[in-house]
Formats: sequence, structure tokens, C-alpha cells
Amino acid sequence: MRSSEPRAPLGLTIAAVAGLLFMLLPLALIFLYAFSTEERTYRWPPPGLTLDWFRVTWGRVDVWQALTLSVQVASISTVIALIIGTLCAAAVSGTRFFGRETISLLVILPIALPGIITGISLRSAFNLMDIPFSFWTIILGHATFCVVVVYNNAVARFRRLHGSMVEAAMDLGANGFQVFRHVILPNLGTALLAGGMLAFALSFDEVIVTTFTAGQQQTLPIWMLEELVRPRQRPVTNVVAMVVVIVTFLPILAAFYLTRGGEQTVSGMGK
Amino acid sequence: MSMTADAGAILPGRGGVFGALSDLFWRKPKLLVFLMILPAVLWLGIVYVGSLLALLLQSFFSIDDFSGLIVHEFTLKTYAELFRAQNLDIIIRTVAMATAVTIASAIVAFPIAYWAARYARGHWKAVFYLGIMLPLWASYLVKIYAWKLILAREGILNWIFEQLHITFLLDWWLALPVIGGNSLSISYTGTFLVFLYVWMPYMILPIQAAIERVPVNLLDASADLGATPRQTFWKVIFPLALPGIIAGSIFTFSLTLGDYIIPQIVGNSQFFIGQAVYAHQGTAGNIPLAAAFTVVPILIMGFYLWGARHAGAFDAL
Amino acid sequence: MTAAVSLQQVSRHFGLVKAMDAVDLEVAAGEFFAMLGPSGSGKTTCLRLIAGFEQPTAGQIRIFGEAVEGVPPYRRNVNTVFQDYALFPHMNVRDNVAFSLMLRKLPKAARHRAAEEALEMVRLSGYGDRRPGQLSGGQRQRVALARAIVNKPKVLLLDEPLGALDLKLRESMQDELKALQKSLGITFIFVTHDQGEALSMADRVAVFNDGRVQQIGTPEEIYRRPQSRFVADFVGSSNVLDPEFVYWILGEKRWASLRPEAIHVMAAGSGNSLSRMTGTIVSKSYLGPVVRLLIDLNGTKLHASVPSTEQLPGEGEKVTLGFAKDALHIMESGA
Repeated sequence: MRSSEPRAPLGLTIAAVAGLLFMLLPLALIFLYAFSTEERTYRWPPPGLTLDWFRVTWGRVDVWQALTLSVQVASISTVIALIIGTLCAAAVSGTRFFGRETISLLVILPIALPGIITGISLRSAFNLMDIPFSFWTIILGHATFCVVVVYNNAVARFRRLHGSMVEAAMDLGANGFQVFRHVILPNLGTALLAGGMLAFALSFDEVIVTTFTAGQQQTLPIWMLEELVRPRQRPVTNVVAMVVVIVTFLPILAAFYLTRGGEQTVSGMGK
Repeated sequence: MSMTADAGAILPGRGGVFGALSDLFWRKPKLLVFLMILPAVLWLGIVYVGSLLALLLQSFFSIDDFSGLIVHEFTLKTYAELFRAQNLDIIIRTVAMATAVTIASAIVAFPIAYWAARYARGHWKAVFYLGIMLPLWASYLVKIYAWKLILAREGILNWIFEQLHITFLLDWWLALPVIGGNSLSISYTGTFLVFLYVWMPYMILPIQAAIERVPVNLLDASADLGATPRQTFWKVIFPLALPGIIAGSIFTFSLTLGDYIIPQIVGNSQFFIGQAVYAHQGTAGNIPLAAAFTVVPILIMGFYLWGARHAGAFDAL
Repeated sequence: MTAAVSLQQVSRHFGLVKAMDAVDLEVAAGEFFAMLGPSGSGKTTCLRLIAGFEQPTAGQIRIFGEAVEGVPPYRRNVNTVFQDYALFPHMNVRDNVAFSLMLRKLPKAARHRAAEEALEMVRLSGYGDRRPGQLSGGQRQRVALARAIVNKPKVLLLDEPLGALDLKLRESMQDELKALQKSLGITFIFVTHDQGEALSMADRVAVFNDGRVQQIGTPEEIYRRPQSRFVADFVGSSNVLDPEFVYWILGEKRWASLRPEAIHVMAAGSGNSLSRMTGTIVSKSYLGPVVRLLIDLNGTKLHASVPSTEQLPGEGEKVTLGFAKDALHIMESGA
């Protein structure tokens, strides 16, 4: 096997490393700015470093409210996505039925189409039906595109399960519910956990659909968007940005470790 | 082991609601499948697709020029409006930007994907994987925010140009027509950079997957047959990676087409499709025109997917 | 005595595909029964109908006299050894084996004792703490077997039980399965596409083709007296002789089969034989103990297998053939 230990050409390595730096350095910058003493501009290099803005941000009621709302929305959307996505994945991978392809397409549609289309259709549908914007309209939007990540993770895991395992359990005396509890759930567990965490991250970060389906409520991304359009409290925004990176990255890291070995379902997903 | 030795051929049922339900699902497996897909069909098929269709329907209505109210009569008038010069400009501008972003993404992503697929071993594999995943999943807004910091007048990019005494290069670039502007953060160049940064990670994984599927001995064979590395790349690797590139371009192209936040924050005040949709449905209250505008990216993506399918890109998704 | 399993006019259709069509079958209690056939012949469907994974389109299945219509697999006192073993990857070997006992709410200690006993029977004692992933193919197969017999089901179904094992292991497992069946006294029904396996292990064999049972009988009956061209071909690859040929020998216009090893082959012109025929060797393959010949006899192609100790002419040379008249077995049909 002479190809087992190949050496990469130098030019390729430089291009690859440069590309990675292009992706990672801007995020590193976010971390640095969170400690900058500068208050009014985005001045580089930072005139000094301080931890003070963390204290200020900690005391901000609006940030806490936005964060709480985001966590609530993400949690509920994730639960709904887990139920719908898992059931749908089980049906699609366990059996062949008429319209099976259509179901897969249906699930992928909300992320295949640009978010603005999902957002504006839901908004105009709410308007048509005189549904006032609320906490629940946000959830309705979020769960719609969260289903797909759960679905993809679950389908990948179902594919790895031996088809005859369910039959084996039934053969040994387990009824449908016992099969689910003793065989399917333990094997699906980590995939669902991973899918759930990705769904949470997706919802926690969502802004485009939210701008269309939220009324007066401010999720954290909406709060950030306002700051981006009309910067008023740059230091607080810097801190929030850093926290958001950390909060979304932890689930990704966990999902990566949970689904190692064959499935790369963390990847390949649009937003 | 003797416990059931003298049991009959049929064991007693467990009884109860669960037992009865379980028996029912076994007798009627289609009922179970139906119940399992029902929530998805109700939620996505009726609520979501219903909303999409309702929106589509509204694009066939028009708005009364005097009263500003929606006229609920079938007409193609609204679609005709899309072809007015200013709206056509928006569409062309958006498609041009999406094309540029897609091509640039492929160029930047390819070496990363190739390195990750071919040469990354051991902990380098994990480093590459997370190095790709972190920016992919990092908050969309935070990514834009990072570029706001970078592109700002007092920001790091200008500072670097100053330190290297090459600010004149930047000034020359900004003086160029179309892609230039007053400063980076209010030019197409700035918009392009942010688009590239935000959507490029979606290009890496499909390419990586496609390259990983190329058997190593194919490359050896090519070398054995006397191909130079350059020939091996263009004749063997690139054609095999192409489905991955096309699959990735579906993401970069579609996501750029529909975005309205990036050009709003970094760029000049010229509209992109997403912004036009947002403005028409919001302040202008012209839902029919907004709906008609959303049909444009749907149509473009429809053709795009149709073409991609022919190129076999779906296997690389 | 009631049959362990009986099928009456059982059909299983998938749309237009008749996976099983009007099959009648009786398996006696305590029998080691084989269902033999090529893939797609309906043998696996038949097994799945008995286990309850599928429901017949028509007909009736009885297990020890009880009609099992509408009875789900978890209520049938029948267990299955799956072709891919279908062990639960998230449980260790002991929990796998004790799975059915756990469902029956047996206390832990009793469960473990029974599991250990079953593992002993398949000569895997001491493997209880391992995970299925840590076992070899042969060991996994034994675990699957232990899991299926721990409850002493009335009938044990085995779907291509030795299909995934290599040749050596397969032979030793054949003997073990037979011994296990004897000591347990349970009815075994196994599905296979390997005629050698079916003939060597089973008390009786049912040959399946195209969703129908072609012939049921003891291995000897099936081998010596195939009733149709398919059985003759599939089991032991007998020569199928057309009515013209048979008329020439027996004076009767009937289809007949002739086993390759019943044909004597001599160099042309040497020795005496009962019925003299001269043909040409078309091909010659060495198979170890025997040599397999394809001989052209005035346009009829015949297979012969000859002990490799015999001196034989080469390809293209003339040979004289002979066989006893009663080696010719008249068949009911040539189809």
C-alpha cells in the first residue's frame, strides 16, 4: 500500500491551511473584541483589555429576556422536531409505502428553500387566518425546519440497525411497545440526542424565519440583528456574540462525539 | 429452562390497552405507518406547504395603485412588474452575486476538502473536521458581525494595509467601478466577502464526501499510466469531484439568492431579491409583488436542481 | 399425533408477485425439516409466515393444531434464528440470550442461570459478558441459537443458519445442530439453498420453486427419485433425459433422470458394459475425490462423475458409457 502514507503537495497544504484560517480567524476576532476597552468604535488594535463588559452584560435585563426566550423557543421546537422527525424516520426507513419519496422531500423542503420564503409564507398565512403573532408562531416556524436535522440523524441510524432486529425482538416475545422501549430506543438514543442538540443549535441561532413570525418578542438573534443594523451598545454586543459562539459550538462538539463512526449527519445541512 | 416447556403453541396475550394496540398494529401495519407519518404530513404537508401555496396564489393577485389594497382577481400583472428595469436589475444583481460567490466558494473550499479527504489522518482529521464544523455551525449573525468588525474603517483590515504601507492598493480597488465604493463595508466587494465567508463552509463537505469516494488506487493507476499530477487532477480527480462541487453549489447558490440580511448590513443600498421581498411585504405592503419575487429564486433553484440531478450531484449530498 | 406445523393451501401474494402459492405442508413433531430452494422460491416467505412476520393472503397455518391466524409473532411459541443473527448490539451476550426471559419478568438470578445453561448448550459458557461486536461469526451464530432455544419453543425456525459461515465451520455446525435438535427434542425447520446441507441434516426435505412445493420426501427419496426436472436439476444435478432418449433404452416414451455417479465411463472399445454407447468427452474438471465429465452422446449432453482414481482419456477423445437400467428414474414431468 504505497498510498497509505501520502505526502501532500506543498501548494495544496498552503491553500488548505489558508482556507481554514480564513474560516477561523474571524471567529477568533470575536473572542478578542469581547475584552476590548473600546466603547464607541470597532477600533483595531484594541486600546486595552478588560473583563468589565462581562459584568455589564450580566446585568442587562433585555439580554437576559432575549436569551430566556431563545432557550424556551429552541427547547420546545426541539421536542416537537424530535417527535415528528423520529416517527417519520421510523416510517420511512422501516417500510416501503406509496408516497415515501414525497415524505422525504417534504421534510427537506424547509431548509432547501431560502429561509425568507419559509418566513414570508408563514407570515402571510398567519395574516390570512388572523392568527396574532406570539411565542407559538415563532415555534411553529422553528419546528418546521428543525424536523429535518432530527429526521436525518434518525434515518442514518435506522439504516445502520439490522432490519431483522425488530423482528427478532418480536419473535422473542416483545410487543410493539416493548420493541420500541428495549430495542429501538437504546439503539437510537445517541442519534436522537445528537439530532436534538443540532435542532436546538439551529433554532437558537435562527433569525430569518423569526423576523417574519415574531411579533414584539425578541429572541437573542433578533436582539443581535438590531444591534447590527443600528449599533448602540457595541461592547455588550461583543460579549453576547462570544457567548453565542460558545453556546452553539458545545452541542456541535457533543453531537460530533455522539455520532462518530460512519454517520456524518452533523454535516451537509443547510440552515 | 423448563418454565415454558409444556406451554401451548400460542402464548397468552399481555392484555391491556398497549397489548391490544400492539396486536392491532401488527394486524394492520399500514395503520401504524399512517399514524407515524401523520404528524409530519399535518405539520409540513398542510401547514407549511399550505402556506407556500397560499403565498404562490397571492402572486397572481395585484395591488390597486390608488387605494393600495390587494385586488383578489387572477392577473399576471404582478409578474409583468418583475420585468420593469429596476426589478430586473435586482434579479440580475442577485444572480450575478450568487454566481460569483459560488465560484469563489468552490475555489477556496476545494483545497480544504481535498486535504481533509486525502491527507488528514489521526488527530489532524479531528482538527480539520471541527475546523470545518465550527464555522459551519457558528451563529450566522455572529459571522456577519465578525466581518463588520473586520471591514470597519477603524478595523483590522485597514490597519493591516496601513502597517504594510499598501493602503494605495485598497484605494485603487475601491476606485474601481461597480465593485468599488466609499469603503469596503459599503461596497459589493464587502458584500461578496461576507457572503463567501458565511456560505463557503457548505461547499466543503459535499466536495470532501465526493473525493473520499474516489478510490486511492485510481490515482495510483493514473500515475502508473504516466499522467503528470496536473493531468491526474484535471482528468481524474476533478471530474470525480464535480458532483460534490455541484452539490455544494446548490447550497451556496440558493442561500445567497435568498439572503436579505447580509446585503442590508454590509453593502451599498442597492437591493437584492431578499431585500426586495422584505421591503415589499413590510413597509410597502405589496404582498403580491413580494410573492412574485419569491417565485424567482424558487424557479431558478428548480432549474438548478434539475440540472444538478442530471450531473449526478444528489449522490454527493 | 398432531403435526407440529401444518400449512393448508397457504398463499402469500405481494401485488402480482406470488411469493407463495397454495402451499400444503406438514411437519411432524420432533422432526428436523428442511425447506430447500433457490432464492426467490418462497422458502423464506414460508418461514416468515410460520414465525408470524408476515400474514398469509389465503390459507391456514396451524402450529400444534392451533390456528395462528391473527396471532402476532410475540404470542407464538416459535423462535427464529436469523440469517444475519440479529443480535442486539446494545446488550451483552447474556442479556441477549435472556431477552425473552426479561420480557416474561423472570427474576434476574433465574434469568442469568437459564441464559448460562443455554450458552453451555452451544458451548459458549463464559462469554456472557462480551458484546456481540466482540465475537466471531461462528460465535454470534451460537449466541443467536442460544437466544432462540432458551425458552424451549415448540418449533425452532432457522433461516439459512450456516449461510454466513466458512466451509470448515459450516460442516462442524451441521453436526452440532443435529445433536442439539436430538437432545432438545424440539421441531427444527430450516431454510437453505444448499442442497448438500439439506440432504445431510434433515429428516425430510421440501423442495421449493416459484412459490410452490415441488416435492417433499426424505433426502434419499429426493435425491434418488426426483419427480420433476427442477428437483432433478437442483438436487444433485442429475441428468435429465428426454423421452426419445429414454425410449431408445427402455422402450418407453417418458422423461427420466440419471445421476452422474451412476454412469460408468471407459476408454472406447475396452471392457464390457450393459448398454453400450459411445460418446466424446467435451470437458473434464477435477474436483478432488471425483472427476466431473461432460460427455456428448449423439447430441445429448450427459454429466458423469467418476472416481479420480480411474484412468480416463482426455478431452475430445471417445469413451464408452454404461449404466444399469434401474439407475434410470422415470419422472412424472419434464417441466
